[in-house]
Amino acid sequence: MKKIFEVSLYPYQRSTDQDAEAPVRHPVVVVGAGPIGLGAAIDLAQQDVPVVVIDDNDKVSFGSRAICFAKRPLEILDRLGCGDAFVDKGVVWDTGKVFFDERQVYQFNLLPEEGHKRPAFINLQQYYFEEYLVDRVRELQAEGKPIELRGGNKVLSVDPQDDHAGLLIETPDGTYRMEADWLIACDGAGSPIRGMMGLDFVGRVFQDNFLIADVIMEADFPTERWFWFDPPFNRSQSALLHKQPDNVWRIDLQLGWNIDKAEEQKHENVVPRLKAMLGEDVKFELEWVSIYTFQCRRMEKFRHGRVIFAGDAAHQVSPFGARGANSGLQDTDNLCWKLKLIMDGKAPESLLDSYDMERIHGADENILNSSRSTDFITPKSEISRVFRDAVLDLSENVDFARPLVNSGRLSVPCVYDGSPLNGPDAAGMPSRTRPGAPAADAPLADGWLIDALGDRFQLLAIDTEAPADFEVDGIAVETMRISTADIPTRDLRDRYLGDAGAAVYLMRPDQHVAARWETFDRAAVDAALRTAIGRA
Amino acid sequence: MSKLTTAPNIADPDGFYAELLALHEGRNKAESDAVNARLILVLANHIGDREVLREAFATAANDA
Repeated sequence: MKKIFEVSLYPYQRSTDQDAEAPVRHPVVVVGAGPIGLGAAIDLAQQDVPVVVIDDNDKVSFGSRAICFAKRPLEILDRLGCGDAFVDKGVVWDTGKVFFDERQVYQFNLLPEEGHKRPAFINLQQYYFEEYLVDRVRELQAEGKPIELRGGNKVLSVDPQDDHAGLLIETPDGTYRMEADWLIACDGAGSPIRGMMGLDFVGRVFQDNFLIADVIMEADFPTERWFWFDPPFNRSQSALLHKQPDNVWRIDLQLGWNIDKAEEQKHENVVPRLKAMLGEDVKFELEWVSIYTFQCRRMEKFRHGRVIFAGDAAHQVSPFGARGANSGLQDTDNLCWKLKLIMDGKAPESLLDSYDMERIHGADENILNSSRSTDFITPKSEISRVFRDAVLDLSENVDFARPLVNSGRLSVPCVYDGSPLNGPDAAGMPSRTRPGAPAADAPLADGWLIDALGDRFQLLAIDTEAPADFEVDGIAVETMRISTADIPTRDLRDRYLGDAGAAVYLMRPDQHVAARWETFDRAAVDAALRTAIGRA
Repeated sequence: MSKLTTAPNIADPDGFYAELLALHEGRNKAESDAVNARLILVLANHIGDREVLREAFATAANDA
């Protein structure tokens, strides 16, 4: 049977653009049909923005690659209309174990908070992730939404102009030209678009190699994340075991810097390593093997006129903490509503400066966390190894050392503190829902808060009065009245009211809090909305 | 104002010093390094105050 990543999902088809006299202009072209590019395209198409996605390939990701998806991206997928497929297939986990040498030193539970629709994490192979997004594209096409997916289309050159970007594209039928009012580059860490534009991508290179092996086995390892420091089967290095759907297990073995990559990837060399780890008798089949090195770096700016970078094309982190694809989805979550308002003439183009500001803030947070994890996992000097081992030694018996153990700080959504789009905050309300924060989910009387949010500006009037839907400068604001007395749990009260008796929240289309007050005041809401769209 | 105590604060300094050396007796360099690292972590956690710790780092690095 063919694996999903061997199937051509969007084979090349000749487009009428290729026969046009002059280059056809599209409102938005997305380069790259990976998780981020497809996410961006679905987001825009749902809002009726015509979008063309081009990719030089026509298949989903080869091998599992990104496997760990956090709650916030799952909520974004819900907003994109397809979260169930991912969560139904994914493996939910919340326990992690840390081993040092031959012993288990520490066990943690992510202790997922109750009262959220989505789990803290699921594991799912990137190829399924992309397949489900392609399914969603097909669904939108069937509904008549303006979204097109062109496989076998490779960008040869990009010509950035003040009001558009020109593209020269190579296909099996030869080359053609196309133009985009807006070009979103989601073409990965090696971004050809970034290279063609001569843009920098600086940061830190980590001198290390990791072997990833996906093995299929019927094994009774529990659904937990196991991380080894200096285990007998991989001396002086680290190792990771993590479960994916279909009895596929991700194994990650640190190899060090001076290795022969070609040799190490050969199955006859990989298999003995895995047997040393899993035991001689465990029967397994290798699905995918790869060796990677990594860097932590980002572009200086993500927006360059009409060309906007998102995901790995804009920033790259180590895999520890699952901060790659998870943060990329948050990029386009941040971008698409802004782009839509600008294209509709309802917000100034300068609103996009806030995309740079907010997502660079997110990227820096991820780079910091991921660099720190890497420094712990692969000590860079003798003394840093001594301290690392001291932490691990102590963690077995002394509580205080456990928070110092860093096998990856798992992705949490970034709060856009200090963003120019943030409006006023109100005293006494919970910090977690302050302006700039993503909505904290909570059960309503019927359903989930997170499902009621997104894709438009909304006013949450909690235990207080607010007028029905209204408009500010042609932008619709939908009012949602919530009475906490109707909700059996305290979650919404704890997460949105705190010490306050009532609250009014202005929510952005990306489900982030724009501003909040104790009572409704029309002038204050108008001002906050103008701030949130970059007009103030 | 400095939060780090730099005035003498240990009763019986000679006795303390002897106990510190005794901790390392019979250990090779690698073992002693490991004990020292664990000791620093234990003491740092006891202090807890990041400002005091930063002042202690600077004092130890001779650039206070």
